[in-house]
Amino acid sequence: MDHTLPGADRLPPRVDTGVIGWLRSRLFSSPLNAILTILALWLLLMAVPALIDYLFVKPDFAATTAAQCRETGGYCWAFVREKHRLILFGIYPYDEQWRPLLASVILVGAIVCSCIRWFWKPFLGLLWVVALVAVGVLMWGGVLGLTYVENAKWGGLPLTLILSTFGIAFAFPFGLLLALGRRSHMPGVKAVCVVYIELIRGVPLVSLLFMSSVMLPLFLPEGFSIDKLLRAQIAIILFAAAYVAETVRGGLQAIPKGQYEGADSLGLGYWQQMRKIILPQALKIVIPPLVGIFISLFKDTSLVVIIGIFDLTQAAKAAVSDAVWRGFSTESYLFISAIYFIFCYSISRYSLSLERKLDQGQHR
Amino acid sequence: MSEPIIRLQNVNKWYGQFHVLKDLNLDVAPGERIVICGPSGSGKSTMIRCINRLEEHQEGQIIVDGTELTNDLKQIEAIRRDVGMVFQHFNLFPHMTVLENLTLGPVWVLKRPKAEAEATAMKYLERVRIPDQANKFPGQLSGGQQQRVAIARSLCMNPKIMLFDEPTSALDPEMVKEVLDVMVELAEETGMTMLCVTHEMGFARKVADRVIFMDHGEIIEQNAPDAFFDTPQNERTKLFLSQILH
Repeated sequence: MDHTLPGADRLPPRVDTGVIGWLRSRLFSSPLNAILTILALWLLLMAVPALIDYLFVKPDFAATTAAQCRETGGYCWAFVREKHRLILFGIYPYDEQWRPLLASVILVGAIVCSCIRWFWKPFLGLLWVVALVAVGVLMWGGVLGLTYVENAKWGGLPLTLILSTFGIAFAFPFGLLLALGRRSHMPGVKAVCVVYIELIRGVPLVSLLFMSSVMLPLFLPEGFSIDKLLRAQIAIILFAAAYVAETVRGGLQAIPKGQYEGADSLGLGYWQQMRKIILPQALKIVIPPLVGIFISLFKDTSLVVIIGIFDLTQAAKAAVSDAVWRGFSTESYLFISAIYFIFCYSISRYSLSLERKLDQGQHR
Repeated sequence: MSEPIIRLQNVNKWYGQFHVLKDLNLDVAPGERIVICGPSGSGKSTMIRCINRLEEHQEGQIIVDGTELTNDLKQIEAIRRDVGMVFQHFNLFPHMTVLENLTLGPVWVLKRPKAEAEATAMKYLERVRIPDQANKFPGQLSGGQQQRVAIARSLCMNPKIMLFDEPTSALDPEMVKEVLDVMVELAEETGMTMLCVTHEMGFARKVADRVIFMDHGEIIEQNAPDAFFDTPQNERTKLFLSQILH
């Protein structure tokens, strides 16, 4: 006799498992789905082999001149070999280019460390101080036997990294304060924040950069000038902060009233509530859009070209303007696209893992 | 009667045009246990929420432990330190473990050392009979367990007064008893002043010194529990009791 108890557990039916089941449920579950699947496969079939052919099969890897490249067609790797230092470091003195390289590595290292939870301790601040001093010494020089390089000559990747790192580092706390200010019960504070946010969001970054570079000096007293790079940096910070503020405000509004009341009933003050209860939850909700802002900030730094700062994009443009290597703009822009992509994709992956980590164990 | 620990004098409050609290007067003696009942919308929650200033009253006086509630933030925070509150929907902090929920107030508001706060927290978790859940997140607990954590969180602040705002209304029926048991124990073993908005009449009979019936923002009737339930005076009270006692 079967002694299975009425409540005994059974395994799920096998129909929907296995490769066939997966294919059927994920790729061919309906006529429309089947058409989309086939369309996607066709697109991949068109694109991937062509790309591999262009990048790796056609080109002659031994080519060293533009003429050889033009003959074989495909991606001109010789161009990258010839111009990568100009693209990466701009017009920084050629013999000193190990300095921006090292500075970039230090900067990226510090950023990576900040992303790892183990480093989230007070000494991270010290680490940043050391890193920034090192970057400053390497880029400017003038001490320790390094020749002085004025920042008008900085360019390429280190410049992009510096602009976006400081952009994010300052825009984030500034944006937080703006978001809190916009939700403040004090009408003065609230009005200032609303006006600021709406004003900045109503203006393109390009015009902000122009204003900071062309108009600002007109208002400053004679003989008093702020460095062009610093002005661009400030414009980027002011711009991004307004977007951070609105995103964070969305997160703040998603926190139920009960959380404020729970905190109130314990006698926590405003800043304690924000720091311990509200912001940790609100920021967790807005990680995806916040990272979106940081990624676009990273790419938007390329707009500084319009006020003549030599960032990665401008360097790519300069590399193609060489008469000998004219006509290789695809090579140049693909090269910097790859660099931008590596950074943006890393940021995006990191935000996903952060979300997952913060989600552990706490489901509502 | 000794000096009241809570005194409401001619308290009035409006939500827009709606008059929620009408000329309320109430004195609560230290150690007194009061159950407040009444139909929904009668202002009972609003009244106890005024006592720790989660709601602002517009007219009249509320004096808690000798301090009048005004707009002075420092005074409000001082009163909140002495007044614990348990909510219908628990209002635990979901991003913190149970232990962190319990030590947050003592560490940040009372400035206790962390180890001491944790020891106190464990003591109260044992009292509400869930010490083994200390390192879980609120979302991993049942409703009854969450509410007991919320009670322990208030107790960790060592309050003089505890306010309960319908503490069992959001719970599944089988969990109501575990929360009520904790509250009964609390009432019987400590001399804490308790104000409890609830419709648990068994609880009221067992622990209350006084039952208050509110309707339309007014206190209609108040009496010792036996007299209140057995010989209600007002027609509205009789109607209400007949509706909830079936």
